[in-house]
Amino acid sequence: MDTKNFISRYTPNTSLQKNEMLKDIAGVSSLEDLFSDLPSHLINPKLNLPNALSELELRNEIESTSKLNDTPGEFSSFLGAGSYRQFIPSIVRQITSRSEFMTSYTPYQPEISQGTLQAHYEFQSMICQLTNMEIANSGMYDGASSMAEAALMAVRITKKNRISVLKTVSQSYIEVLQTFLEAPEIKIDIIDNSTSLKPDTACIILQQPNFLGNLEDIEKFSNLAKENDSLLVVSVDPISLGMIKPPGDYGADIVVGEGQSLGIATTFGGPYVGIFACKQKFIRQMPGRIVGQTIDTEGKTGYVLTMQTREQHIRREKATSNICTSVGLIALGATVYLAALGKSGLKQIANLCYEKAHYAANLINSIPGYNVVDNGLFFREFVIKCPIPPKEVNKLLIKNKIIGGLDVSSEIENGMLICFTEMNSKKEIDNLIDSLKNIQATK
Amino acid sequence: MNSNQITNEHHIKKQNLIRKLLMDRSQPGKVGAHTPESDVPKQQTLPNKYLREELPLPEVSENEIVRYFSQLSQFNFSIDHNFYPLGSCTMKYNPKINDEIASLPGLSEIHPLQPEESIQGALKIIFELQGFLAEITGFHSTSLAPMAGAEAELAGMLITRSFHKNNGNDHKTKILITDSAHGTNPASAVMAGFDVISIPSDQNGNTDLEALKAAINDDLAGLMITQPSTLGLFDTNIIEICKMVKDAGGVLYGDGANLNALLGRIKPGDLGFDILHSNLHKTFTQPHGGGGPGAGAIMVSEKLSQYLPSPIVKYEKNNSQNDYSLISPEHSIGKMGGFHGNFGALVRAYSYIKTLGKQGINQISQDAVINANYIKSHLEEYYDLPIKRKCMHEVVFSASNFKKLNGIRALDIAKRLIDYGIHPPTMYFPLIIDEALMIEPTETESKETLDYFISSMIKISEEAKNDPEILRNAPHNTPNSRLDEALAARKPNLRWEKESN
Repeated sequence: MDTKNFISRYTPNTSLQKNEMLKDIAGVSSLEDLFSDLPSHLINPKLNLPNALSELELRNEIESTSKLNDTPGEFSSFLGAGSYRQFIPSIVRQITSRSEFMTSYTPYQPEISQGTLQAHYEFQSMICQLTNMEIANSGMYDGASSMAEAALMAVRITKKNRISVLKTVSQSYIEVLQTFLEAPEIKIDIIDNSTSLKPDTACIILQQPNFLGNLEDIEKFSNLAKENDSLLVVSVDPISLGMIKPPGDYGADIVVGEGQSLGIATTFGGPYVGIFACKQKFIRQMPGRIVGQTIDTEGKTGYVLTMQTREQHIRREKATSNICTSVGLIALGATVYLAALGKSGLKQIANLCYEKAHYAANLINSIPGYNVVDNGLFFREFVIKCPIPPKEVNKLLIKNKIIGGLDVSSEIENGMLICFTEMNSKKEIDNLIDSLKNIQATK
Repeated sequence: MNSNQITNEHHIKKQNLIRKLLMDRSQPGKVGAHTPESDVPKQQTLPNKYLREELPLPEVSENEIVRYFSQLSQFNFSIDHNFYPLGSCTMKYNPKINDEIASLPGLSEIHPLQPEESIQGALKIIFELQGFLAEITGFHSTSLAPMAGAEAELAGMLITRSFHKNNGNDHKTKILITDSAHGTNPASAVMAGFDVISIPSDQNGNTDLEALKAAINDDLAGLMITQPSTLGLFDTNIIEICKMVKDAGGVLYGDGANLNALLGRIKPGDLGFDILHSNLHKTFTQPHGGGGPGAGAIMVSEKLSQYLPSPIVKYEKNNSQNDYSLISPEHSIGKMGGFHGNFGALVRAYSYIKTLGKQGINQISQDAVINANYIKSHLEEYYDLPIKRKCMHEVVFSASNFKKLNGIRALDIAKRLIDYGIHPPTMYFPLIIDEALMIEPTETESKETLDYFISSMIKISEEAKNDPEILRNAPHNTPNSRLDEALAARKPNLRWEKESN
């Protein structure tokens, strides 16, 4: 394209119009005058950037860059570990692409944001119904940061200064906990099934199903928390709640989780939406944006952002968190997903994940050289022991257009964490089994 | 009543129909999505004690869901439909090509934990964007891991903390924040374990150098400052400020909320900043989405590069399939989120920068600053301008003259603007200006739109004097009139419940 006389297509005023406008600005006779407060020896630096591209050139270039990736869909994929490839009904993308939702601002002005606000109230309602908790906020950045905020909240509530995290919680979530808890000097104890709690423990954090896919013995930890006056924080996979007992049923105090699997594409890790729900009595300590129902001057029902006195823009250094966004558009996508799937749909999706995972587990157990690591019951993910390092297995699988599971050999020798969703057909699973057999044979 | 209007009774019926919540629309047996039958043999189920009994989700048909959300969407203002002169929020046009690029299957369908050789395209985009942002802002290196501006601020403060600790300066526990800085700063500094001290502005809107000098001592960890400030002004003493803070061993943190004003004009790194964050949803056009998702980029000078949050992408030509890889810097403050940051937003910023290239980046700041000064010049005689200087990308007026006259407040003016089809400006911020109205037009608004805004503001200033009730009752034609926020906070109703609705 002609880069010599480049004019941005996103700036509508012509140079003629701009000259007219400059004439109206007192004390300014040229464009350079507008920037005269900037140090003159540093102004207008050279920019070492590529040339501007037309839309056609840009599209071609990025499309070919995107083809350097192996894309699930073209490849069958058995990766999960906190990000899940699920089917997304068309209406989710259609509704979240509406510019009224996509290009609107945070709903600080409720009279012109009722669309966003009512949708977020629906999100909060459905998260409560899914988790069987009393209240929920309108979303956090992602599941991991949501867990870190839950730990900080538990410390605020209990005024105790350490937390216990089950070692079966996702390692990357534990790393995020470390980032957030180091500065306020909150100690993190990594515990297992047999550890007792140290005094001054604000909460126990566990993941259900855990990172390796297995179901934890919740009752044990629920009791342990009660005995120690600690809170129980549970991280959930929301799809599993189509089948598994919700945390509200076993007395969880705070529930967090990654909401991505509710209709959000895996998108190389984000943007996602963090789930955050808790007991009503903790409402004033909950971080994040909260939408509440109220009435207007005419008595009509409407919605507003509420309890903003907890938030950074009002309370400044005394806020419950510095969080500013609720990942509104992603929360909207999850809301539409849950509305579309509804009662019977979510049950069926959970069931498909469960059935396919168990079908595959039985077959893998029968391949010589492989076995499913027996850590108890599981939902849709489990660890298999491979005859050779998982990294090597994955290299061979990709030649058969299969993206294998996650290498967890640092925790379990030759361990691979594999995941199944409704997207994995029987044919794909049978292919995976055949490929694993062949890898064994060529060892 | 005009005979071509529907009756009030029917108007209420129509409103109630739109506002009905999903659970109240639910009827047993309705289906919103069909799921496939299982194609594998039936498996043994989990023991009962693990299974849930009830799943109280709505049962609504697909077309009803579409109608419901489409109707709700029309209750929103949005940048595609309305002008948003919302100070320090940089509500500019969100290019459509960016959304289409971000939805390419090769970018939207990839999994964050795929082996590196299978995601070289994604890593290439992140690597190049790291470089573009470092070049535009004048820094050594970039991390795109933070998922929002506030997370990037926190990352910047954690970097400051780790840097001082590693250099044996545990006693550096104090962060100074100018009173014209971005509002999130104090909460971010406190989350990183610092004590916060506010530094006032002088009468010209610059940082008060005497106050700054008095606050600097050995426990100084750093200064957080926003340039241009939230007054829309560039601090003419900035180089001296940088020097004072650095001479005392402090880290200079720049909040990039207002970076739009400086693009291609000056590189904050050249001014002496050690850290700068950028809100990609402001300056680099990620749509705001009704409150997110955003993305935060954090740029640092060379001495801090090993502290950046992880991961960052490294490039090394090694003739294998793995030229690009994810790494964690040596003294990294750690991970900010579960994966690698908000990739979908990064792709949009990348597409935007590539569209404008080296030729177009400074047109952003140029037009943003012209637009703001044009508004300032035309409204000065109608609204109180507390600091009389030429502004950068935004201008802060005060409604205090109306408050004195007849109790009309910034809020009333803002709400009346809604009747004119314009989103209210940022109000009551910065806190140092009484009844502040902070106006940022951005570069993507035409002269015609600005002229309409100016004439609306002039009209409202007349109404404020002659017909103040019309302002106090505004807005008039929205789905709801002003809402009772006190009631919402006093009696929280945060979810659907069977009886109460």
